[in-house]
Amino acid sequence: MEIPYTIETREDTGVNNAKLGIWLFLASEVMLFGALFTTYILLRIGSADDWSQLNDILNVPLATLNTVVLISSSVTMVMSWASLMMKDFKKYKLYMGLTILCSFGFLIIKYFEYSAKFEHHLYPSTNTFLAIYFTMTALHGLHVIGGIIVNTYFWGPGSKMWNTQPERFTNRIEIAGLYWHFVDLVWIFLFPVLYLL
Amino acid sequence: MQPNTKSVAQHHDVHQSEHHELSFWRKYVFSTDHKIIGIQYGITALMFLLLGFMFMMIMRWQLAYPGAAFPMYFFIAPIALMGVVVLFITGIKPSVNTVAGLSLVAMAALIWYLGSSDENFPDGIMLPEFYNQMGAMHGTIMVFLGVVPLAVGAFGNYVMPLQIGAPDMAFPKLNMMSYWVYFMGGVTMLISFFVPGGAANSGWTSYPPLSNIATTGQTIWLLGMVFLISSSLLGSVNFIVTIVQLRAKGLSFMRLPFFVWAQFVTSFLLLLAFPPLEAAGVLQLMDRLAGTSFFMPSGLVVSGQILPNTGGGTPLLWQHLFWFLAHPEVYVLILPAMGIISEIIANNTRKPLWGYKSLVYAAIFLGFMSFIVWAHHMFMTGMGSTISAFFQTTTMIISIPSVIILSALIISLWGGSIRFNTPMLFALAFLPMFGIGGLTGLPLGLSSSDIHLHDTYYVIGHFHYVVAPGTIFALFAGIYFWFPKATGRKMNETLGKIHFWGSFVCMNFIFFPMLIQGLAGVSRRLYDGGEQYAHAQSVLYLNEVMSVAAWVMALFQIFFIVNFFRSIKKGEKVSDNAWEATTLDWSATTSPPLAHGNFDTVPEVHRGPYEYSVPGQKNDFTPQHQKA
Amino acid sequence: MSSHSPEEIKKHVKIYITVFAALMVLTFVTVAVSYLHLSIFYTVLVALVIATVKGSLVASYFMHLISEKKMIYWALLLTVVFFIFLMFVPILTSSDPIIYRN
Repeated sequence: MEIPYTIETREDTGVNNAKLGIWLFLASEVMLFGALFTTYILLRIGSADDWSQLNDILNVPLATLNTVVLISSSVTMVMSWASLMMKDFKKYKLYMGLTILCSFGFLIIKYFEYSAKFEHHLYPSTNTFLAIYFTMTALHGLHVIGGIIVNTYFWGPGSKMWNTQPERFTNRIEIAGLYWHFVDLVWIFLFPVLYLL
Repeated sequence: MQPNTKSVAQHHDVHQSEHHELSFWRKYVFSTDHKIIGIQYGITALMFLLLGFMFMMIMRWQLAYPGAAFPMYFFIAPIALMGVVVLFITGIKPSVNTVAGLSLVAMAALIWYLGSSDENFPDGIMLPEFYNQMGAMHGTIMVFLGVVPLAVGAFGNYVMPLQIGAPDMAFPKLNMMSYWVYFMGGVTMLISFFVPGGAANSGWTSYPPLSNIATTGQTIWLLGMVFLISSSLLGSVNFIVTIVQLRAKGLSFMRLPFFVWAQFVTSFLLLLAFPPLEAAGVLQLMDRLAGTSFFMPSGLVVSGQILPNTGGGTPLLWQHLFWFLAHPEVYVLILPAMGIISEIIANNTRKPLWGYKSLVYAAIFLGFMSFIVWAHHMFMTGMGSTISAFFQTTTMIISIPSVIILSALIISLWGGSIRFNTPMLFALAFLPMFGIGGLTGLPLGLSSSDIHLHDTYYVIGHFHYVVAPGTIFALFAGIYFWFPKATGRKMNETLGKIHFWGSFVCMNFIFFPMLIQGLAGVSRRLYDGGEQYAHAQSVLYLNEVMSVAAWVMALFQIFFIVNFFRSIKKGEKVSDNAWEATTLDWSATTSPPLAHGNFDTVPEVHRGPYEYSVPGQKNDFTPQHQKA
Repeated sequence: MSSHSPEEIKKHVKIYITVFAALMVLTFVTVAVSYLHLSIFYTVLVALVIATVKGSLVASYFMHLISEKKMIYWALLLTVVFFIFLMFVPILTSSDPIIYRN
């Protein structure tokens, strides 16, 4: 049984099901991270400590590198979709592979950041700034891991669909891309708020 | 009434793609068919509703007779008996009855386990710690495992695609996942009873600092909530995409049955309001497991000792994040109910609903406003008068669309040829009961009167009027109404009427006294019902009245349980359009609907949803897909 | 699925590269500004403005929001309204308390 508008767009709404679905999901994610930003604001305002001093212990150069890495992965992601639109499967594999590599790079740098903190006995329980720092970056990190799983699936076993239903596969990459760009978007806000303010 | 048979290409498509026979497990357990999933949600939710009801009845023993030994077997025996009856009432072959019967027996076993424990009932007398577990889990189970899964997961899933002429939901696999994640959430919540210290006991609202330092059950509650919220999120995306994208040809938004509009607005509430609670849950998990202090202020003293955590947090943060969800949540509880009532009233007055446009715009406005009233639950937290005035104003404004909807439904009765069948009786009762519930909310929404009423039994009376003889009556109405669509048989009318009258009378004897006790100043969540307070003495006698009413209401539910499970196989057989209704779910589908694809011929809509008694037509109802 | 011709996609690719360059520049700008140690008001303002510009670039061009359909815009607008509410109202509730806490 075919569900209509899985691939083709519906005329009066102008979208297909997955496109609408992913944007709605991203809307809920905005509310999720929004609640955490609210938490940050409320706790910082009520805090006896000066958070602009507290975040001096964070490694800004490393995090800047991480920002570059994640933005790069966003570009390679959209390029992988563009390659499929130009019917170039080999290029798609290349760009998607780069995306996944960059994502792992992000996680590895994050690992170094976290372990440096733990070595200096800086934990979520140390102060409320670190509590929100670890919570927000960890939740973001979980979303990165989720993206890696999805993208790896589409790079590997999932890519077989290109041979049988290329349009549907291209759609899926566009949808995965939207999710991935959102993960990047969250970091674009997380980075200055946590590290620079 | 048979659907028009035109030869359509889609008819071939239906049979071409799905020609393989699915295994028992893929067909009935791990199904992607919205109807099966709807039934799964329905049965599971009904079981949880009963369990939540059981917990309340246990609490009411303590409230009526504080310190008296708990007569466990009087509570367990009827459930176990019901379980056995349901198991065998229509034979021994595996069916829905098997699952339900076994669940009932398991429920009895759970209560036996809890009641026999010396940790909960030393010498048979209930401890306050256990009373609090009952309180917190009653609320949690009723709201998150009972009412919403039934109203949205069951009714929404089953009826909505049929009403819009869709073959299934937009994302069938996601739908299946929604159900099983909900199921896991339910299992998680039940597991919490078996850990040291028992289940969560800090109220369904889980306010810190108490919930932060509560027993392990609270951590499990938080994990359970993560499951339930995730399930809800997946479901709401599915519902919105389905309603937007999969409407049949000719079914514009303003031709949708109000039931679908209600589900549409509800889904937006679930989508956007739940994530902050998910965030709050994560934060509380961090507080409990990682030693953070998101919700713990500095220098907190418990039992004479300063707590060792860092401080710097605030319990108010939890309250904001919690109520940001929990206020829209109450509109999630009522909107689907209003949707169900609308369908039943239109059908049983044999005339169109009055003010369809008002209903739609009111529902949309209600949904929007519901996001900006939440701090009326926090009037007593020390907010300044400016911001209190803001929330008081938005709260007063939000009563307007509620009144518009209620008024439209009441006016819809005028001049109707009313058929007093069981669904209609429940629908009619909904109207004044929701009216009482809504009106009693007004003194709570005004911050000055809220000073006296906050955290008293008045609040409990208010919200139970809306949810119990309000939403739950609507859900009963819906079950009696759509039962013939799902099974091809009607439930028994006599048993239905007994169920209705008994429940209606009992509901009022349970919840009206709460308003009186609250006005007298009796606080909520008191383990002994106010026994130790001088100001409560004059209204203490009402505790026994309410408890007896609750137990009698339980007895009347037996009529429903027997009726429901018996009628699945032995009910009176009826036609596809048992109620002679206009909407696509009735007029264009078989009873039960087709295993897949839902429609013999995909309908095309030519008129509005409630064309009853149209002058010049042959029948007193004109189906939506009928051309001329 | 929208049917773009290969030429159109090549144009899009040019845009992606341009946006990428802009994002890199803005990243370094935002880090550089943080070393200026402005007052707290300007620190927050500049950081959020730059982040918003960067985010808008990602959303508009990588996520194709700039050419998206009304349906999507409405859903997002609704979200933004509630997001702003959630962000700022809790602060307002604590800014004017009944009991003055030092």
